[in-house]
Amino acid sequence: MAITIRYFASLREQLGVEQLTIEADHIKTVSDVWDQANPDTPLPDHVLIAVNLNYAQAQATVRDGDEVAFFPPVTGG
Amino acid sequence: MTICLIEDRFDPWVEVSQHHQTRLRQQNHCGATAVFVGTMRDFNEDTSVSSMFLEHYPNMTENQLHIIVDQACEQWQIEDILLIHRVGYIYPSDAIVLVATWAIHRGDAYDSNRFIMEQLKSSAPFWKKETVADSSSVRWVQRNTDGYTLKKTETEL
Repeated sequence: MAITIRYFASLREQLGVEQLTIEADHIKTVSDVWDQANPDTPLPDHVLIAVNLNYAQAQATVRDGDEVAFFPPVTGG
Repeated sequence: MTICLIEDRFDPWVEVSQHHQTRLRQQNHCGATAVFVGTMRDFNEDTSVSSMFLEHYPNMTENQLHIIVDQACEQWQIEDILLIHRVGYIYPSDAIVLVATWAIHRGDAYDSNRFIMEQLKSSAPFWKKETVADSSSVRWVQRNTDGYTLKKTETEL
C-alpha cells in the first residue's frame, strides 16, 4: 500500500520534509501513517489532518493511493 | 457564487461593484448587501510587520471554501456570494480577504457573511508567515483568534 504524505507551513519546516511516499502493508489509519513516517516523534495534539483534501481524524482509515496531509492550525483571513 | 484565490493585489470595493453590476443588476429583489474586507495590519503582537507570505494547500483550500459557502447557503437565504482570498506575498494595507453576501433581507446578508468569515478563519487551510520589520526575521502566525470570544473579552473589559 502506497500513501503520499504532505506537510505544510511550520510543520513542514520543523520536519524538513514537504512530501514523501511511504509503502507498507500494515498501515490502517492516519495515526499509523504518521508513526511510520515519524517513528521518533509522536503526532502533536494541535496538528490538523486531511485525507484526500478533506479534514479527517487520526483514527480515520487510509487506503492505497490516499494523500494524507498534516498541518498546524490555520491562520488565514 | 464566486470563490477565488488570487496572487495579485486587488481592490475589494471595485470587485464588489463589478460583481454587483454584472451579476445582480437584473435581480431587483436583493435588498441587502453585506461586505467584509480583511486587511493586512502593519503590526502583530506589538511588533511591526513589513510583509507576509500566505501559504495554502492547493485544491483543499478551494474545496474547504466551497464547503463553507455551501453551509452558509443551507442556513440562510442568500442570493449571491463573492469570496476572494489572497495567497503569496502580501504587504500592509493590502486586502487579504473579501466576503460579500447579497440577500433579500439584511439578517441573511449579515449573518451569513459573519458565518463565512469565522468558518474561514478556523478551517480554511491558509498559513501566514510574517516578516518582522526591524530585524527582517520571519515567524509563523500561531493561530487565529476566535472572533466571538474576542468580542466577549472586549465587552468584559
